[in-house]
Amino acid sequence: MSAPLLKLRGLHIEGRADETWLPIINGIDLDLHRGEVLGLIGESGAGKSTLGLAAMGYTRDGCRISAGSVEFDGLDLINSPASTRRDVLGKRIAYVAQSAAASFNPAHKLINQHTEGPVQHHVMSRAESAADAVELYRRLRLPDPEHIGFRYPHQVSGGQLQRAMTGMAMSCRPDLIIFDEPTTALDVTTQIEVLAAIRDIVEQSNTAAIYITHDLAVVAQMADRIKVLLRGDEVEEAETRTMLSAPQQDYTKSLWAVRSFQRPAKAAVAPSTTPLVSVRNVTAAYGKTPVLHDISFDIHPGRTMAVVGESGSGKSTAARCITGLLSPKQGLISFDGTPLPGDYRKRSKMQLRQAQMIYQMADTALNPRKTIGEIIGRPVQFYMGLTGREKRRRVEALLEQIEMEPDQYYSRLPGELSGGQKQRIGIARALAAEPGFIICDEVTSALDQLVAEGILKLLARLQDDLGLAYMFITHDLATVKSIADEVVVMKDGRVVESGPKDEMFRPPHHPYTDLLLSSVPEMDPDWLTHLLEQRGIDNIGDAAVDRMQDESSVQDR
Amino acid sequence: MSIWLLIVLALAGLGLLAWGLRWAGRRLTGDRPYWRDMPYGVALGYVVAAAAVIWAAKIYFIDQTVFFRWAVNGFLGFALAAWLFRLLGRHLGPAALRKQFRQMPLTASFGILVILGYATMAIFAGWIAPHGQAEVFDVANALPGVDPRFPLGTDQIGRDLLSRLIYGAQNTVGIAFATTCIAFFVGGSLGFLAATLGGWLDQVLSRGVDVLMAIPALIFALLLMTIASAWAGSQNWLLTLYMILIIALIDSTRVFRLARAVGGNIVVMDYIEAAKLRGEGLPYLIFREILPNATAPLLAEFGLRFCFVFLTIASLSFLGVGIQPPLADWGTMVKDLAQFINFAAFSPLTASLPLMAAGAIALLTVGINFVVDWMLQKSSGLKE
Repeated sequence: MSAPLLKLRGLHIEGRADETWLPIINGIDLDLHRGEVLGLIGESGAGKSTLGLAAMGYTRDGCRISAGSVEFDGLDLINSPASTRRDVLGKRIAYVAQSAAASFNPAHKLINQHTEGPVQHHVMSRAESAADAVELYRRLRLPDPEHIGFRYPHQVSGGQLQRAMTGMAMSCRPDLIIFDEPTTALDVTTQIEVLAAIRDIVEQSNTAAIYITHDLAVVAQMADRIKVLLRGDEVEEAETRTMLSAPQQDYTKSLWAVRSFQRPAKAAVAPSTTPLVSVRNVTAAYGKTPVLHDISFDIHPGRTMAVVGESGSGKSTAARCITGLLSPKQGLISFDGTPLPGDYRKRSKMQLRQAQMIYQMADTALNPRKTIGEIIGRPVQFYMGLTGREKRRRVEALLEQIEMEPDQYYSRLPGELSGGQKQRIGIARALAAEPGFIICDEVTSALDQLVAEGILKLLARLQDDLGLAYMFITHDLATVKSIADEVVVMKDGRVVESGPKDEMFRPPHHPYTDLLLSSVPEMDPDWLTHLLEQRGIDNIGDAAVDRMQDESSVQDR
Repeated sequence: MSIWLLIVLALAGLGLLAWGLRWAGRRLTGDRPYWRDMPYGVALGYVVAAAAVIWAAKIYFIDQTVFFRWAVNGFLGFALAAWLFRLLGRHLGPAALRKQFRQMPLTASFGILVILGYATMAIFAGWIAPHGQAEVFDVANALPGVDPRFPLGTDQIGRDLLSRLIYGAQNTVGIAFATTCIAFFVGGSLGFLAATLGGWLDQVLSRGVDVLMAIPALIFALLLMTIASAWAGSQNWLLTLYMILIIALIDSTRVFRLARAVGGNIVVMDYIEAAKLRGEGLPYLIFREILPNATAPLLAEFGLRFCFVFLTIASLSFLGVGIQPPLADWGTMVKDLAQFINFAAFSPLTASLPLMAAGAIALLTVGINFVVDWMLQKSSGLKE
């Protein structure tokens, strides 16, 4: 076998925090051969991104490579002069960042940013590179490849931007590309297109790649080999198929098992019961832009209703209507048989107390200047009128309910907690009001799978203990499978399909539901290949959605 | 040889020296990365800085220019005092304070030292000052160090300058502090209110502030003070009160702008939405949810605003409509003694009379700005 293209030996990286150097990566070896794709997976904080950047001999500010070597094609990237490294970076090693929207310069057109690298490195002239960009855009299956380069970053969608960025990484025909979670921020239907495009172009150009992600199903499609990281240590490394079928370490097995959580199905609701929350023919708009069209659904006590759809489908707007942040133009929302005023300011304290909300981003949902005790204590005091020792006892009981040690966390600030812990505090704040109904807005989408599973289990247990009803907004169908009783599928502000979960996951589906379901990556490494063979390249993702739109508008006429 | 040729030759010499420095560095250290990757500009910077230090040493030791020597002595003295103060802070006091001092740059400890010094002077002026602020002696225009009774000399009607400087801290700084507090209370509350409620209230307040800000601040203050002095008649305390209110009004517009901008970023947070949905009232939202998150930028602005208010008062006093004699005030002191600056070339001591009050203003402004810079850096999250 030939010498590896990239060789990391005993790499140690440290980060500076609070006047000391803390280890981030503790001695990792890595070999990557030409044309090979290596998947790096692990939770957040495992050091995946740090390792990805270190493969370029680079560390973020406040980090340093304290030991070990990075060798790229025989060239020592750590100790070589800055000018030598400059020749390699961007030309022979390229990097694709997680958020394309944040990484493109909003003030320049795509193609001008694309040609910058090749011209700077004297690989091609500007004209040659521009012609090449069009060719790359075509191979990445971007719509209208001739002209899309002349748009500004804000004029193309997130998935297209991510593909344009992959094209930009290819512009110098590098030997190695590092993909840092390129599809994490995308919807399933968009993700699948980006995945297909990246996989094809990497295969065609025989480029080596490091693919960083926390989504196992994604890495199974993309990588030849998988390396699992945990807190800066390598857990194990193996060929993708071996790794998926026979993981050796307990940690890897636990990662694999995440998606297996499934709560038992509940008995169907008797048709005569009054729904806890009932949404009837609601139409809503932001200013003049209509967002919801004639939405109706019911949520029954003690049950979970999942609302599924892509971003922009009106899921969150429906939640805003129920909470009263947005008054519906038409239609009625009633709670336990009583109609609710459209504006939250007109609702009584009791009505406000009954419907609580848990937010997607726990970082912005908790006031960073207040201690956990104050955050949870405020609704206790506000609604229940408890003060002093009684209030403290209630807060401690709530902390125990969300499986957090009261003495340890009572006087901490949100910034001192991990993402999953913050989300638990958000749940405790909602519980403090003793509501009958909680809206969970994408509560697990910002979390790692292991942590997310813990949150889902907690929510399920609380529902059993307290008889809560949940409205679970998500775009992740795996979450729906594990927790929902009823499902509502939304698209463009309309309810496309609704019903009990078992029915929803059994064909026949509405074509849109079908598309959503088939776009969720599975752990089978051949899944993407099979899907593409089955449906054809133009019948997946956004392309299929667009076609559906055309057909339905024809039908309307 | 013309002066231009000399300058060009000197620059060329520096350029050559820089190149030689880098080359020598590479040879002597065996191509260490620092020297190997050093851009030419950095090497040139070292050489130019070295040349500047040599030149300064020549002025200091050989030419012995008086004002330059004062400046250098003052600079070194203050730097030493700040360093000692920081050293003291690092080893005394509670652990949290010691940690603050460990992370503190020298500039910040200098600023804190200056502010502490001024605060002490202002609070204990009556005990520290050797004479009264309005006491007139028989020696007019005494130079510093001549008469042991008046270590910093006397002004043109025979009042002790040291005492007046100390009382000036009380008057000028005290009034400036009160003014800034009022400006922050008014501007901050209204700004947060506008950010939280939005709608027509926001429009009315913001446009009103725009109108006030459109008029140049000092001229506007001068105009209002002229009107106020007619109302106040001969009652000096009333005029001072009017001055506080007028400057507070003008400066509160700037605070309003900042509070509204900062508040606008905070009210869109989910925790504010959660509090609204809980049914919380407006005072709770503003003072318990928004204010704690806005303290860092507001505090930094407080320091800056304090300087501006302070300078406005000094300017108004200099123009004759601010703090009225016989109350000591630094602006008035600069105005009264300003003509002595003409003697700088012949008698540096005479020229130092107006410079003392001016220096007092400058020192406080610099000190506060150092502290503000430090707080801004801390609040920007570079290091928590």
